[in-house]
Amino acid sequence: MTEQLTIAMPKGRIFQEAAELLRKAGYRLPPEFDDSRKLIIDVEEENFRFILSKPMDVATYVEHGVADLGIAGKDVLLEEERDVYEVLDLKISGCYLAVAGLPGTKMNDVAPKVATKYPNVAAAYFREQGEQVEIIKLNGSIELAPLIGLSDRIVDIVSTGRTLKENGLVEYETITAITSRLIVNPVSYRIKDERISEIVNALSKVI
Amino acid sequence: MSRLFMFEKPLGMRDTLPDLYETKHHVRSVLEDEMKRWGFQFIETPTLEYYETVGTASAILDQQLFKLLDQEGHTLVLRPDMTAPIARVAASKLLKEKLPNRLAYSANVFRAQQREGGRPAEFEQVGVECIGDETVSADGEMIALAISSLKKAGLKNFQLSVGHAKFVQELFIEILGNEERARELTRFLYEKNYVGYREHVKGLPLSSIDTQRLLSFLELRGGSEVIGMALELIENGKGKEAVLELQELWDVVQDFEEGSFIKFDLTLVSHMSYYTGILFEVYAGKVGFPIGNGGRYDGLLEKFGKSIGATGFALNLDRLLEALGQLDGNIPAACILFSPERRKEAYQLASERRASGERVVLQDISGVKNLDACTNKFSDVAFLIGKAGKEPAQ
Repeated sequence: MTEQLTIAMPKGRIFQEAAELLRKAGYRLPPEFDDSRKLIIDVEEENFRFILSKPMDVATYVEHGVADLGIAGKDVLLEEERDVYEVLDLKISGCYLAVAGLPGTKMNDVAPKVATKYPNVAAAYFREQGEQVEIIKLNGSIELAPLIGLSDRIVDIVSTGRTLKENGLVEYETITAITSRLIVNPVSYRIKDERISEIVNALSKVI
Repeated sequence: MSRLFMFEKPLGMRDTLPDLYETKHHVRSVLEDEMKRWGFQFIETPTLEYYETVGTASAILDQQLFKLLDQEGHTLVLRPDMTAPIARVAASKLLKEKLPNRLAYSANVFRAQQREGGRPAEFEQVGVECIGDETVSADGEMIALAISSLKKAGLKNFQLSVGHAKFVQELFIEILGNEERARELTRFLYEKNYVGYREHVKGLPLSSIDTQRLLSFLELRGGSEVIGMALELIENGKGKEAVLELQELWDVVQDFEEGSFIKFDLTLVSHMSYYTGILFEVYAGKVGFPIGNGGRYDGLLEKFGKSIGATGFALNLDRLLEALGQLDGNIPAACILFSPERRKEAYQLASERRASGERVVLQDISGVKNLDACTNKFSDVAFLIGKAGKEPAQ
């Protein structure tokens, strides 16, 4: 009997692709896996326990060691800076972080404001550009901010660019490309290394 | 800022209530006894130190230090670890006889937390430092003592991962040519970002052999076979020396008969330029963070004016308790309830029972509002009430 591994999965956008990747790597996941509303799903034949969390929280579960592994977007890792191993680029859910705003506008000279779900990433980016900006943290529908005058710019995830377009916004700069990563708790990485290496190898073959 | 409620404590500060105190005390004394049996002498150092000396010498990040000012305007820190204060004491007072110093401590250290719960800002470390001994035997002794102490504390499922700071440094310099490039690559290891490491390596103008060497480096984890793999990977003298040290260490810990708890992991790195040789971390099942760490820090004593090597380790007592799981800290105590006319008798009875090692509470019965709660709390309750001379009722 191998010991159980707990894997934190992000709900929503990335979940389907991540589940598909695990199946491609040869793991038998039950069909109800995809549309269950449960937050904890045990897959006994593989001795896995999946926990389904908000994408932004995956790295938190893994850092504290209540999950051994997790699948998290690079955007989350950049924003949260959790103490976890980033072992594999799963190359799924590709998108990028970008600066956007209303077309043909300039940043306010006195107090330029940037609205974002990623305050740390945004602050670091503008600091590197040598620009002092004020960050306003929002939790969603970031596109709204420049439309009604809350901020000059937004920093957000862009996958197809449709949301920006439909709201009349344009991209100004690309910050960095984002894909999902396999992350590992530092203690699990050492104590459960054999089983984890097995998963890493199986996944790297199908990426 | 909102008004504080009277029960609040600063972020990361914890109270230790009686049951936990007893458990903690028990585990601490088991660890201390073992360290004393290995000939380590316990010392205490002040809670406050100068920022300029101990604060900057310590391996703890600047933003994690609690800082304050004294009357003369000097910046002080609450000690963030015990290694730097002990290096200060050793360098100034203890190293006169040119003999290795074996020192130990159990002390609270302070590290400011910005993020969230689950990480105390004040916590107790129990640890040892062996100062002035540059042999691999000393490194092996640290590892063997750490294992032995944990076993004595009752921990069964744990593992030490051993790496070597110099090996990483020498390998990277050998392949990349200079220290700056080596540092750049090492940063990916500190950040535990292996995806970034691989991308960075693939983007470097290196021969395919060297690229492969850097990629294979990430695989240097496992049992003692890793030592042979590491030896094949490195060419230069200093790097080879580091691997041979690991080989020697493996022999030492086997002489100490503690090989089964050890794995090698050459990807293990710690704070920039703090550890200079063999280093290790201790992991226990169920606890998501290392429960202890240690290693050789030959550069630290130099900051205090003595160029001499040292090695040591610290165990995090709270995390060790977590790893040990539920321990019953509740030690039974008896209670003697008395009325004032039999106070003297009650005191004599309590003294006798205390002399035999029992814990006995002496309580005037008129001070007890809820007699049921009182009898439930104690393992046994004796009543010395009313006229003198009666046998105590149980």
